Amino acid sequence: MPLTDVSMTINGKAMSAAVEPRTLLIHYLRENLGLTGAHIGCDTSHCGACTVDVDGRSVKSCTMFAVQAAGASVLTIEATAGADGKLSALQEGFREMHGLQCGYCTPGMIMRAHRLLQENPNPTESEIRIGISGNLCRCTGYQNIVRAIQYAAAKMAGLEFKEAAE
Amino acid sequence: MIPGSFEYHRPASLSEAIALLGELDSDARLIAGGHSLIPMMKLRLAVPSHLIDLAGVAELKGVRLDGGELVIGAMTTQHEIIANDLLAQRAPILRETAELIADPQVRYLGTIGGNVANGDPGNDMPGLMMALGASYVLHGAGGERRVAARDYYLATYETAAEPGEVLASIRVPIPPPGHGWAYEKLKRKVGDYATAAAAVILTVSEGKIATCAIGLTNVGGTALFASDAAAAAVGTALDKPVLTRAAQAATDIAQPAADGRGSAEYRAKMAGVMTARALTRAFARARS
Amino acid sequence: MNDAPSPTSLERAEKLQGMGCKRKRVEDVRFTQGKGNYIDDIKLPGMLHGDFHRSSHAHARIVKIDTSKAKAVPGVVAVLTAEDLKGVNLAWMPTLAGDVQMVLADGKVLFQNQEIAFVVATDRYIAADAADLVEVEYEALPVVVDPFKSMDEDAPILREDIKGKKDGAHGPRNHPNHIFNWQVGDKELTDAAFVKAEVKTKDLLSYQRVHPCPLETCQCVVSFNKITGDLTIYGTFQAPHVIRTVVALIASLPEQKIHVVSPDIGGGFGNKVGAYPGYICAAVASIVTGLPVKWVEDRIENLSTTSFARDYHMTTEIAATREGRVTALRVHILADHGAFDACADPSKWPAGFANIITGSYDFPVAHLAVDGVYTNKAPGGVAYRCSFRVTEVAYAIERAMDIMAQKLGLDPVDFRVKNFIKREQFPYNSALGWEYDSGDYHTAMQKAIDATDYRSLREEQKAKQEAFRRGETRELMGIGVSFFTEIVGAGPSKNCDILGIAMFDSCEIRIHPTGKGIARMGTKSQGQGHETTWAQIIATEIGIPADDIMVEEGNTDTAPYGLGTYGSRSTPVAGAAIAMAARKIKAKAQMIAAYQLEVHEDDLEFDVDRFRVKGNPDAFKTMSQIAWTAYNKPPPGMEPGLEAVSYYDPPNMTYPFGAYICVMDIDVDTGVHKVRRFYALDDCGTRINPMIIEGQVHGGCTEGYAIAMGQEIVYDEDGNVKGASFMDYFLPTAVETPHWETDYTVTPSPHHPIGAKGVGESPNVGSVPCFANAVNDAFKFAGSTHIPMPHDAYRIWQAAEDLGLHA
Repeated sequence: MPLTDVSMTINGKAMSAAVEPRTLLIHYLRENLGLTGAHIGCDTSHCGACTVDVDGRSVKSCTMFAVQAAGASVLTIEATAGADGKLSALQEGFREMHGLQCGYCTPGMIMRAHRLLQENPNPTESEIRIGISGNLCRCTGYQNIVRAIQYAAAKMAGLEFKEAAE
Repeated sequence: MIPGSFEYHRPASLSEAIALLGELDSDARLIAGGHSLIPMMKLRLAVPSHLIDLAGVAELKGVRLDGGELVIGAMTTQHEIIANDLLAQRAPILRETAELIADPQVRYLGTIGGNVANGDPGNDMPGLMMALGASYVLHGAGGERRVAARDYYLATYETAAEPGEVLASIRVPIPPPGHGWAYEKLKRKVGDYATAAAAVILTVSEGKIATCAIGLTNVGGTALFASDAAAAAVGTALDKPVLTRAAQAATDIAQPAADGRGSAEYRAKMAGVMTARALTRAFARARS
Repeated sequence: MNDAPSPTSLERAEKLQGMGCKRKRVEDVRFTQGKGNYIDDIKLPGMLHGDFHRSSHAHARIVKIDTSKAKAVPGVVAVLTAEDLKGVNLAWMPTLAGDVQMVLADGKVLFQNQEIAFVVATDRYIAADAADLVEVEYEALPVVVDPFKSMDEDAPILREDIKGKKDGAHGPRNHPNHIFNWQVGDKELTDAAFVKAEVKTKDLLSYQRVHPCPLETCQCVVSFNKITGDLTIYGTFQAPHVIRTVVALIASLPEQKIHVVSPDIGGGFGNKVGAYPGYICAAVASIVTGLPVKWVEDRIENLSTTSFARDYHMTTEIAATREGRVTALRVHILADHGAFDACADPSKWPAGFANIITGSYDFPVAHLAVDGVYTNKAPGGVAYRCSFRVTEVAYAIERAMDIMAQKLGLDPVDFRVKNFIKREQFPYNSALGWEYDSGDYHTAMQKAIDATDYRSLREEQKAKQEAFRRGETRELMGIGVSFFTEIVGAGPSKNCDILGIAMFDSCEIRIHPTGKGIARMGTKSQGQGHETTWAQIIATEIGIPADDIMVEEGNTDTAPYGLGTYGSRSTPVAGAAIAMAARKIKAKAQMIAAYQLEVHEDDLEFDVDRFRVKGNPDAFKTMSQIAWTAYNKPPPGMEPGLEAVSYYDPPNMTYPFGAYICVMDIDVDTGVHKVRRFYALDDCGTRINPMIIEGQVHGGCTEGYAIAMGQEIVYDEDGNVKGASFMDYFLPTAVETPHWETDYTVTPSPHHPIGAKGVGESPNVGSVPCFANAVNDAFKFAGSTHIPMPHDAYRIWQAAEDLGLHA
């Protein structure tokens, strides 16, 4: 199958690569553009490790062809830290609250959490758990991920993070 | 993990999409949200030589009122359904059902058209459409026609749509104000298809159920319209014996596959339990 | 003159971020930015991709393999079959368990999805297309999937390659499908105890086949340099040095020319210990082509072929007095190993450490017999935080104790407490041969009972059962208890080796002139946070801030030899080596300080980050100053520099333990459960980083929850593997996963330099029987004694149906 150029805006930069129609967006990002933050964890669109943000929506990039995203505006984990290297509120929250162990689900989890907090800046614990139900983690048992997102939500709202009493 | 090769088309209009369907090989497939089709392509269970992407067809988006019906464009995503105030006011069961479909990422892209069009018995919307008495608007080279959801599903992956037709919109008769509604879905975890699920739409008059419609999900080769179960509830205040009868009527028509979700017997019984629970919740809502 | 007050010892200790503090993780800085270095991130010039064509049959002769269509696909460089590997004597490879395993199908296939051909192409899409075009002609053979039938007289013979061999790696074989029989304990005394027992129970307790399923699958990039003869293997290896030695032995390559590198690994859980056909084929392809070759398994391949876990069928008998004192334990285990015995056990232990099955209880006599058998299933068995079969047998003993308690009419907690090994009995010699190092079970259990208000829960349960009987509720309440003792830290050279290499571990520390340092160990973290925690040990031992110590693992050229990270062995073994190496440095530092301060070494005392003269606290030298001196002006006769290596051969295993309590509510009419509460108390001895320990417990309990409540890899009667994708393999999301309450006691290990025992496996060991006991507990009032796992809604509903609870 002949290759065609597919262009989109990634983390604010115009990018392009020649791919087949069947090239999955996750491979376009990882192989063609060298953005290896998003990961592949399954074959059946369940795990969410590949989650990126496409035109303001959380998308499992393994379940989209790059060609479908032509012209879109895409955000990946590589964009979330500040230009000065300062961690974003979410990145800081994940570190402070030990919301990661092996780190493999983390980029997808943070990108999903980013969109979740855009949808709902002050989510309850239940809303967070439902909000990240498309992202699997095998290491943390999710509890500290919830706390990480709560930390970030508080920080982004300019509030102090108060942990719920046991 | 890696799909087979195909040619990609992105029509800008419905007529262009229909024309493409007519010209291309018979194994050309429409792609809406892609979250049923692409997983199948990655497992090479589907190997279409052409994909026709409907994302660029503006006519397929949007939710509006038309007379006594809600008209929902086929490319409306589950996320958009959940967020839509008109639907929330007039047919709140749609939001409740959509929230139980898959997970947040899938809901951002998965469309209601994709959910109802291809005859996958696991999808949640078909049973709901049956309960709502909805109809599907099909556009083809020969023009437009409507098929009732209750008549649309013939067998697993076999529908009343003809080759070359595009399911363009769904027309939902607006349930009367004060109607009762509930979607009760038993599943192993978030993101799983239903072990069994029941959608109930009913109206109450003077404390008794006046009209009732029930659709069952994933307990047969297609979604099932449980008319006997519904009839058992009509004219009653839904006491325990009625619920038992309605549940049994649902179980009686269920012919689920035995799979990881359970034995056929269990799933059929659960169709009954879900029916009873959906009836109970719908009835409680109607009274209020 | 410095007017600012000098920092107190406490302030200086806090700055160190040493042992005991919740040091934030070093790894997180790169992981949260998507800058981890995982295998599939590696891209080398000219790199090729490998993909397998796999068997559709569970048991069949291979009549013909036609690779011509695959080879004809543009971009395909090679298609390897067993015939090609025979040329380099690699069609078969030795396993860690003393068996041999086909790398590519040689004459027949023995499990569905077994590797038949390896396609090598210029990109992974082409490799996938070509793998689909390999054509195989099979002659189907009868299938064995029921381990209980595998040794029938007329059972089909699976392993024709060893058909005539009456002796296996672990002793005589009784049948062509038999692998080993392993026995421990006193059979005579045990049988005698059962004969005169006042009360007896006997139950078949099966632990279903599951899979560790780390989020990153197994993968490698192998790069052979034809000019220099160097073979570099990047891969997901929990034990990189072992992989290097194994490759050296089986490929007859000089070990100094093999370089194994494991950068970041996305979860291991035992899935990434052994060597798989993918690694071998990628290596052969790279050697043949002179180009790097990448192999990445997809999820279905992972769940169906690389290292399953469990599949243990344990007939468990307890003998007890009427008052509730256990007198004997007798167990027979049927172990389903799949088509090849590829268990990643230490070589003398074909059933791992299953003889920890006496658990936390003082059994005067016991006997354990294990029979391993072949079936037409994927090979493996030892994985998934099992500590070498400890998860399996902990399930058996904790279920069996509950069953006996029920028979005796005793509360499950009270029955356990009655039979606990007492604190004063440690070190305790169990009836099956282990010397438990330390424990205080009574204190831990009491803490758990108090924290959960256990007695009130039992009252509530009774009331709810009465309400159920009256038809007022359709919900049942179950209270699960598990008190596990497990065995980790493999292990002492006298009884633990992997392919002959003793199971020590190592640490090398080098302090630089400016007082910072680098430390390397023979372990390999896959999420356990070693870059963070290992530095904490060093910080406390030698007084250099953890932030100033760079920790490196996973490069076999630079790291001292180690046996890797699995079975919770890192803290007990490498952690000890770290302490010992640090103490060597500290001893040298003391000598340098003494020389600088012009006193005798014995006149010095260590104060957090410095040596000071006893009675003269203003006369001190910080570690920083000492480090500079080591390079600048070491004492006469002393070598310059400040570094040390320690290879630690542990004198014993360690024995972490814990008390877990679960409260569960079950909807009888659907079988759906809700975990109301889960309390986990762990005693892992000295706690290096409480934040990380808590994370390990959360993660391990989540795995245990999934196992108990729905995970299963099933084979139908034709050997078709079911449930080998995320469509069906139960991995709970954040919605299903319960909230975890963690607690602890500290009973240090007396033989470990820092008293630490390790904790990673414990939550999987303890939580599975806790959940299982909760489900079973809910149905005891209806006369149920044992419901097997997994406890998915369907099977809980079926149990209720069988007990007549739906009438």
